[in-house]
Amino acid sequence: MDARRGSLPVPRVRQVGFFTPNAQPAPTRSQSGPPDSSSPPLSDSPASNSLSPVMIPPPRHHSDNLAAAPRPTSPLPVPEPSPFRRRGADNNNALLVGSYNPAETLLAMSPSSSHVGDGESEETMSGGWFRRSNSGKLASSLPSGTFDFSPVQSTAEALKPNKVQNPVGISAPKEQQPEAPSSSKQPKPKLTKAERRALQESQRAAKAAAKAGGGKSVAAPEEVATIKSVKQHQTQKKDAPQVAVSVAASERKGGDKSQEKERRKDAPAPRMQFDDKSRVEKAKRRSVVDQTEAKKRVELFRHLPQYEHGTQLADLESKFLQLDPMHPAIYKVGLQYLAGDISGGNARCIAMLQAFQQVVKDYSTPPEKTLPRDLTAKISSYVSFFTQCRPLSMSMGNAIRFLKNRIAKLSPSLSESESKSSICTDIDRFINEKIVLADRVIVQHASSKVKDGDVLLVYGSSCVVEMVLLHSHELGKQFRVIVVDSRPKLEGKALLRRLVAKGVHCTYTHINAVSYVMHEVTKVFLGASSVLSNGTVYSRVGTACVAMVAHAFRVPVIICCEAYKFHERVQLDSICSNELGDPDAIGKVPGRMDVNYLNDVSNSGNLQLLNLMYDATPADYVSMIVTDYGMIPPTSVPVIVREYRRDHLLI
Amino acid sequence: MDFQVVVLAGGTSKELVPLVSKEVPKPLLPVANRPVLSYVLEQLELSNLKDLIVVVEGEDAALRVGGWISGAYVDRLHVEVAAVPEDVGTAGALRAIAHHLTANDILVVSGDLVSDVPPGAVAAAHRRHDAVVTTMLCSTPISGPAESGSAGAKDKIKKPKRFNIIGLDPTKQFLLYIASGAEVEKDLHIPKSILRAVGQMDIQADLMDAHLYAFKRAVLQEVLEQKPNFHSLRQDVLPYLVRTQLKSEILLNGTPQAEENGHEKFTSRGNQAIISQILANASTPRFHEVYESIHNGSPTAQRTHKCCAYIASNSKYCVRLNSIQAFSDINRDVIGEANHLSGYSFSAHNNIIHPSADLGSKTTVGPHCMLGEGSLMGDKCSVKRSVIGRHCRIGSNVKIVNSVVMDHVTLGDGCSIQGSIVCSNVQIQERVVLRDCQIGAGFVVSAGSEHKGESLARKEK
Repeated sequence: MDARRGSLPVPRVRQVGFFTPNAQPAPTRSQSGPPDSSSPPLSDSPASNSLSPVMIPPPRHHSDNLAAAPRPTSPLPVPEPSPFRRRGADNNNALLVGSYNPAETLLAMSPSSSHVGDGESEETMSGGWFRRSNSGKLASSLPSGTFDFSPVQSTAEALKPNKVQNPVGISAPKEQQPEAPSSSKQPKPKLTKAERRALQESQRAAKAAAKAGGGKSVAAPEEVATIKSVKQHQTQKKDAPQVAVSVAASERKGGDKSQEKERRKDAPAPRMQFDDKSRVEKAKRRSVVDQTEAKKRVELFRHLPQYEHGTQLADLESKFLQLDPMHPAIYKVGLQYLAGDISGGNARCIAMLQAFQQVVKDYSTPPEKTLPRDLTAKISSYVSFFTQCRPLSMSMGNAIRFLKNRIAKLSPSLSESESKSSICTDIDRFINEKIVLADRVIVQHASSKVKDGDVLLVYGSSCVVEMVLLHSHELGKQFRVIVVDSRPKLEGKALLRRLVAKGVHCTYTHINAVSYVMHEVTKVFLGASSVLSNGTVYSRVGTACVAMVAHAFRVPVIICCEAYKFHERVQLDSICSNELGDPDAIGKVPGRMDVNYLNDVSNSGNLQLLNLMYDATPADYVSMIVTDYGMIPPTSVPVIVREYRRDHLLI
Repeated sequence: MDFQVVVLAGGTSKELVPLVSKEVPKPLLPVANRPVLSYVLEQLELSNLKDLIVVVEGEDAALRVGGWISGAYVDRLHVEVAAVPEDVGTAGALRAIAHHLTANDILVVSGDLVSDVPPGAVAAAHRRHDAVVTTMLCSTPISGPAESGSAGAKDKIKKPKRFNIIGLDPTKQFLLYIASGAEVEKDLHIPKSILRAVGQMDIQADLMDAHLYAFKRAVLQEVLEQKPNFHSLRQDVLPYLVRTQLKSEILLNGTPQAEENGHEKFTSRGNQAIISQILANASTPRFHEVYESIHNGSPTAQRTHKCCAYIASNSKYCVRLNSIQAFSDINRDVIGEANHLSGYSFSAHNNIIHPSADLGSKTTVGPHCMLGEGSLMGDKCSVKRSVIGRHCRIGSNVKIVNSVVMDHVTLGDGCSIQGSIVCSNVQIQERVVLRDCQIGAGFVVSAGSEHKGESLARKEK
């Protein structure tokens, strides 16, 4: 298979984020870089996107490199003239670095969560980011070698167990600053002593908590919280500067925890790995839906949730009236997800949003609670219910984030009814602008690509593609459609039925014949569940195959996808994130009970059935993506994500 | 969850004479020493349905039922007891209280249902399909005493078997045809239109209607209003709704649409249409929608509504107390195989003997038995698979097998009671032999008499 276009450079992926093109790849950066830089995959960042990508990194890298420059990057960083003071300083900062880094990346990745949480308006954002940049400098101005410092650090700590926050420790960053800021272009905001101290301590507390928690997931959200806690405790510190460290720390821990809880509600939790037994157990205890884990799971996909199908629905139905806090509209939609009555990205998203709208309408703030917080918490619980019914699609994640953002941004001066109606209007606008209008624009664009005499190949059943076909047909264009379908869902049948009813000339075939029919095809139209920022198209399983065959036959592949389905995640395969369907579905033919050739075999332990729902089509196979912002090559997806995402969140 | 519950408790049912009387209306008939209505109420309470309307036939009965409910569930349930005249039928009873109904959906439960199927399951199925009516179907219970050798079983076999014929779609979610056993003589008439629309119908004769329905309120009220001669839910309303599901005569007034799309003012019509189109295309079309879409083009646009069925799984217990046979079956099962329903804790011998009950020497109470409080038993008695109520006085050498003995019964020495039901305040003198009998309340069986398969009751004055 020869590529018609030159294959796209792979490393462009890394250019997307916050790296200046001229920053020399410092060896130390990789060290100070977070080990889990991709850990919050769902997190999304209006703020980070709103910042020009050039702005954050330069001071950091420069100072980083500067700090690293005089020193050899030896693992033992004790080369300073005054080892004791350095050590003390380093010790303090070592903690800082160690504990801070994940936070930094988390901030960089997902400041949206922090925003949603504090409800800071846009104006305060700059302040927040100043603070952030400053702390970033604090961290990066240190020798990155301190990572290997733990033995020394422990001795240092043993030397002065009680005086961890002695003046030396505090003045240390001050001393260092003159070295670093000479090159840093950012004007440094003035931190008061108390503020700085508070920051350090909170970070230390966070680290202790992280250690106690033992999971990095504990650490990550908490550190986001510290930024805010700094502000909070600042006043407290001024009042009682003499408070013993341990007391203060524990106090802070308590404070952080409550905040962290809030935070966690907003921030999309790191995707659960379902091969982690203890976590699965925990989640099970929490879950509403009683799920029995499937026994025979394919080894490679153990990390994905897979449950015994069949029992869930009955179980959930029987609990219908017992779950008090669940709104009936939510319950209905959840049941429909679970039963498979609703499928397809747009429909699921609309159904969910309409259910939320119903919730908001029937919502009344309980006493002693505020609407934004309580409603957000409620919606989070509903979302987790939906997730239990069926894993959320990325488009739904985007919509949820939008909704939460709108709720958080509600002005506190609004009355309850006003805020409710404003949320409802927002939801309506989201549906209209992001889905309905977007679809119209896509249809306009895409049908301009349909010419007389075309033979169009479509796969599965995508509602946008269907609209494109119908619209082109209404325009009087003469074309033929080949509907390619695949087992076990056979979604193409419904599409075929509707197309034929409208008088479109159709051919129906299964995916095994795709290479045969591809000879006559002139264009391939495909839908997508999501388009990722490296141009990968995440779509119904089989799409990649169709796209690959089309590419081999030099047939243009046109993806129709609304921009609200774009996601900044980068995914290279369809293994790490996917959805597993009912494995029994592949062995059975619907409506034919007598066709059960796999029945006797599937009971033996050697056969494991795998029913993947999605796959990832590499950008190489995609000629064009039609979205509401126009027709773009797959390489331009990050631009859309970056430039319009903020816009999209604020609508 | 926006469900209103109506419990149709019934009154003095004719089928259960002589068990029921003016004093003991059907809802208060004891099953394992608890009124049968309590089984339904507790099941509803488990499902968080605490606002109930209990409809009782007859003023007296309503007073008694109301008195019992207010005593037993005083702070647990919020129950309204409504009395309707006798012989109005289930539909008539609902018609009488129709103006009390306000919620979107109504759950109608028969008061004589002894079941552990959660009503929520029916409600959920109803909501999920947005159906007009959802009915619970359960497998027909195997009636007759457990011992196949007994004479009772042979009698039953001789009776002509009547099946309830129920037609379901291949997914077993929609009700396509229903005919109760009494109506089916020799032939069935199934409209061709429904077969054409669905393509395949499964006809089952092993299911029975459990009298647990979820109705859309608007539809129910409309049907009851428009068809004043409808007498029974099961025989009139449900078959009517099932029959007309493809050519719906009910003017739904666009109720479901209007209610759901209250936010129309924000969205233009066109957008609304697109949204509903997207939603409709995403879901796998049921035959209703397909049928509608096929006929949409024609001048006579057909409207459809959905009738769903929820089939209780076989592991669940679900029986209606609507015959004397069912009464003894339920009593047997509730202290036997379905003993989780009774709410009592069983002893090591798998029976319940109230601590205040007094047993004579050499008296044995076997498994699956129940002995109410304050009952006295003489020497050398033997009780097997039976329920004995409160404050009974039982002499010596009495044998009770497969029977139900209610409260305040006096049994003389040397009696033998098999497969019988003895109501409250009955006096049975010495050496009476009863087999498959029903003794009405307050009756006196004279000494030494022998009865087999009889129904004895006091003459009504």
